[in-house]
Amino acid sequence: MSEPFGNPLLVVPDAPGPHQPRSGRRGSGFLDGPLRLGTTPSATVGPYLAIGMTWPDGAWAAEEGTAGAFWIRGRILDGAGDLVADAMVETWQADPDGGFASPEDPRGAASYPGFRGFARSHTADPPGEFAVHTLKPGRVPDGDGGLQAPHIDVSVFARGILDRVVMRIYFADEAEANAEDAVLRALPEDRRSTLLATPADDGYRLDIHLQGERETVFFAV
Amino acid sequence: MTGTTSVGGPHLPRYHREDAALRTPVGFPDYRSTALRAPLRTPVDLAHRLTEVTGPVLGEDRVLPHDADLTLRNGGEAVGQRILVHGRVLDSDGRAVPGALVEVWQANAAGRYRHVGDSFPAPLDPHFDGLGRVVTDSLGRYEFMTVKPGAYPWGNHHNAWRPAHIHFSLFGRAFTQRLVTQMYFPDDPLFGQDPIFNAMPAAARHRAISRFSLERTQENWALAFEWDIVLRGSDQTPFETDDDGDVA
Ligand SMILES: [Fe+3]
Repeated sequence: MSEPFGNPLLVVPDAPGPHQPRSGRRGSGFLDGPLRLGTTPSATVGPYLAIGMTWPDGAWAAEEGTAGAFWIRGRILDGAGDLVADAMVETWQADPDGGFASPEDPRGAASYPGFRGFARSHTADPPGEFAVHTLKPGRVPDGDGGLQAPHIDVSVFARGILDRVVMRIYFADEAEANAEDAVLRALPEDRRSTLLATPADDGYRLDIHLQGERETVFFAV
Repeated sequence: MTGTTSVGGPHLPRYHREDAALRTPVGFPDYRSTALRAPLRTPVDLAHRLTEVTGPVLGEDRVLPHDADLTLRNGGEAVGQRILVHGRVLDSDGRAVPGALVEVWQANAAGRYRHVGDSFPAPLDPHFDGLGRVVTDSLGRYEFMTVKPGAYPWGNHHNAWRPAHIHFSLFGRAFTQRLVTQMYFPDDPLFGQDPIFNAMPAAARHRAISRFSLERTQENWALAFEWDIVLRGSDQTPFETDDDGDVA
């Protein structure tokens, strides 16, 4: 492939007007359209994400020794069934009481002893496997008068993925809550299991399939 | 997409999604590693509920004082052209994102990463590890001192070289705002042959390129490049601000 891109470099500026960053409209007090800046496009984390995106305490959404805490482990697999050893998984979730350690929660930021709600795990060691130490999230309102099943929002980053992919982890031992969950219910029945972590010795296990027969259900957020 | 969701009274923001024509696709054929890794099925739309509109508070507790100067490591100075990289983190409604963690990593001036997986035979620099962390100030501003990264070869296609770039990771306030991206330098001759650069839609590529900033260049010390990063905004009412960031 000597000429991978037929066209010369093409860089097109944003249309003039309200989409321009640093626009002269600032401070006028009037806008003739919605002020909307173009978002910065995503890029791959590349193979060396460990330099900038790994923390010694990354895996610990719940501190060591927190009562009720467990490990969620799983492999990340590509379309050939091979392990992806240069990926990173990030998790974000409610605490066991259904609160979020975030001021963006309109009910107020929650705090739960020993719990951060957020974890990140590189998949380098053991190769292709992630592990986060956490607590079972509580049920949180779904916005339509119901409750969501316990779930964890997950971002997956890797070399060979240009934008993060998003999935949710649910728990296979929460059958009753899962049956009421609006997100799960909207999925074809045969695909729901790609999001269900199953009980294991020290917690739960769930493999993430980037492609293939068992491709995980990924979400557009 | 605008509107609000009611959760027993309080209204949740709904984060705007950039048009697909202006977003980087998850896979891109000329970037060969995406072939077996980028999911092939159409992702399922997920409504923004509490888990999606909240996010971790990651600030000063994750940053050490020397993390904003990548040129000083292991008791010595990194080799290369010193540059100050600075800018603002905003959301698409034009609001500054204060107190936000910005993580950066990059190759050294010779184009070599300090990583066991990097076999490019360019020298490592004992005084450069390529890792920086800063937190945005009350106006969403960030800055760090580093050296300009070198271009480096990779195996994607014959004679493939990555344009000089710095990797950036940003959290914002909400799960929906999470962004990992790369900052480029103006007029890089390697843009045309780089599939990671060209995977960005043509109309969005300029947003990934920094601007040479003579104003912030430090006499007898360092060049400066300015790069504003725009995260997804929501339907919350934007404030009009004057140049000092005060609400007008
Ligand atoms: Fe890189």
